[in-house]
Amino acid sequence: MSLSKAVFALLLIAGPVSAQQPQPAPAPPVPAALRNYKPVTADRLKNPEPGDWLMIRRTYNGWGYSPLDQIRSNNVNRLQPVWVLSTGQTSGHEAPPIVNNGVMFVATPGNQVIAIDARSGSVLWRYRKELPEDAVVLHRTSRGVAVYGDKVFFAAGDAILVAIDARTGKEVWTAKVEENKNGYYLTMAPLVADGKVMVGISGGELGTRGFVAAYNVDTGREVWKAFTVPAPGEPGSETWPAGGDEWKTGGAATWVTGNYDPETNLVYWGTGNGGPWMGDQRPGDNLYTASTVAIDAATGQIKGHHQYHPNDSWDWDEVSPPILVDYRRNGRMIKGLINVARNGYLWFLERSNGKINFIEGKPYVKQNVFKSLDPLTGRPDVDPNRKPGTGKLADHCPSLWGGKNWPPVAFSPETRLLYIPANENTCGTSTGREVEYMPGRSFTGATTGFYLAAGADHIGEIQAWNVDTGQRVWTHSFAKSPNWGPMLATSGGLVFSGGTNDRMFRALDASSGKVLWEFPTNSGVIGQPTSFMIDGKQYIAVQSGWGVDSRGMQARLNLISPGEYPEVPEGGAVWVFAVK
Amino acid sequence: MDRFGRRTLLKAGLGVGVGLGLKPELALCQDNPASSRPGEGDLLVKAGDAMKNPLGPGDIREGARPILAWAMDPADGTVRSGSRLNQVLLVRLDQEELSPETRLRAVEGIVAYTAICTHTGCEVDDWLPPEQLLHCPCHGSRFDPRDSGKVVDGEAPRALPALPLKLDNGRLVVGGSFTARVGFQTA
Repeated sequence: MSLSKAVFALLLIAGPVSAQQPQPAPAPPVPAALRNYKPVTADRLKNPEPGDWLMIRRTYNGWGYSPLDQIRSNNVNRLQPVWVLSTGQTSGHEAPPIVNNGVMFVATPGNQVIAIDARSGSVLWRYRKELPEDAVVLHRTSRGVAVYGDKVFFAAGDAILVAIDARTGKEVWTAKVEENKNGYYLTMAPLVADGKVMVGISGGELGTRGFVAAYNVDTGREVWKAFTVPAPGEPGSETWPAGGDEWKTGGAATWVTGNYDPETNLVYWGTGNGGPWMGDQRPGDNLYTASTVAIDAATGQIKGHHQYHPNDSWDWDEVSPPILVDYRRNGRMIKGLINVARNGYLWFLERSNGKINFIEGKPYVKQNVFKSLDPLTGRPDVDPNRKPGTGKLADHCPSLWGGKNWPPVAFSPETRLLYIPANENTCGTSTGREVEYMPGRSFTGATTGFYLAAGADHIGEIQAWNVDTGQRVWTHSFAKSPNWGPMLATSGGLVFSGGTNDRMFRALDASSGKVLWEFPTNSGVIGQPTSFMIDGKQYIAVQSGWGVDSRGMQARLNLISPGEYPEVPEGGAVWVFAVK
Repeated sequence: MDRFGRRTLLKAGLGVGVGLGLKPELALCQDNPASSRPGEGDLLVKAGDAMKNPLGPGDIREGARPILAWAMDPADGTVRSGSRLNQVLLVRLDQEELSPETRLRAVEGIVAYTAICTHTGCEVDDWLPPEQLLHCPCHGSRFDPRDSGKVVDGEAPRALPALPLKLDNGRLVVGGSFTARVGFQTA
């Protein structure tokens, strides 16, 4: 007799035990909003209902576009807060409110995920994962969660992927992504595609080697790991010093979530700066730093890439993934990829079942480093005087923060416009020095400065570009603020964004760029706005919570113009707006 | 409390910690003398010095970049390199330029600060010689070592905690705890 059968037999003899045994404390009742939680299927991720916002950019193509159209130019001036909820955290609140059938999930700094009744703003559950006090987390933020089945996936700062039960907020499993003590940490939202949950890593300033890893959604077991710096002998390794160890600490971090093409099963993921920062310490192009890589979601194989600039020496992470959009050029429709790069160029590319082709590239902000682009490959001809090195100072525009940093663009299929949160007129200096690798320690080897271009009359911008003509259609500029605001486009002919140091969240006419509505929130809005519907009514949601790099640029500007760029109030909150 | 007493207490705490379901690595970290913060009487050794030679004032030259150091238990030679929060910067400055408060913690113009930025915990491993400022390359915060590590530029929300120094038998010795909590806000 097996042990379990024996136990069962004993239980039968003893009769029902429930009467004698102390009862375990009953689980708290599951709130009504979660009792009928609607599982997220692969089909729902591919074709989300108009009223849901299931992924950080809503759809796999990365558009940041809602098909909801009740809020329009003729009623947006009546937009009012419906509810607001404090997160209890400071630092940068960058995550979008994800909404599945009326249940909202928000990630915040401090390793926290909050489930909220999107109708009322009531907290349904709160998940917190304690960070060790000596954790290496150089950016205290989270850029969101992924939802799939009945789970919520959260990338904890200390390099641990967590699967949370969407109904209860309890941990289902955790997976160690990498060793945090060695400088690997997580800030991006996981991506669920091809039945797997994928993460990329932060730590490009700490001598890490970038990768994207995929995990089984049910067990947390690693399925594949795609390194973004090849090992010797692998394709691309010829772009690193032969026989050297530079690749082991080569950077190419993957700290923003990729986009996905279900047709080809390819994930398009961006990669960051090389490590250390000065390219002359790692001679060669250094694939796949500052690139977009096309990763086969089934196997993790890198099937194509485009490098935006070789041998990065400016800390220009090209981590923002290109959006997937088909556009017209020279009389033909191109299955496209469009990327707004930190290096100050706007890139029109072509996707396929692997290879990425160059179509066109042009500056969208002041850029004085590239003299020209190769018309066939897009490879920039870099001005050597604008390239810093070890013991060599160079000044360059844009600054290390780039023309656009991590905040995502949006695209509206109705206006055919691409909306870019840009920072114009920023420049910087950089001087390199030798740096010794020690695990988990800073591995940049650079002293940097920041200044504004001569004659600069503004910094922050929202730019709108027509993807079919490749021309800029309108620009809204902010005289006294940088712009760190992720974009949302809606079918109501509007774009929503914050990003400025005046705490405003605003709506602009998508066709003209005219500001139609704005509202001062608790803090600066650097969160990704989303839109959802409950009982036939459209809502706009966003987190307000200034911090991280927006705070850094503001501090630098205040040094240049003392008193003109005071500290922005911090502390996070989730806001939901509707037309009353 | 003497060292023995402190360690015993920490070990007792370990048992309680496990019982409460705390993460074992957290509990172990507290128990490990190599991870304890520098304390009064500790010597200082240069990071990477396998010989563990205690540093004296002559090892810290004026005009040089800050030296990265660890505290060392003088009794058993335990180097407190078990936590990144224990990284100490030593730099020699012109004594005349030190603020009165900083002067009290200095030995012959040598001052000690945590190497961990109060912003997001990067190492403050860059030095700006013309301005005599400690500079964090991650987000650009600058700290004045002549004036209690106060923030002169950047995002850091508070000064770099200082580690008081004293001189004992020609060697640099830790004179007390860090002046404030080391590290950044984690929750």
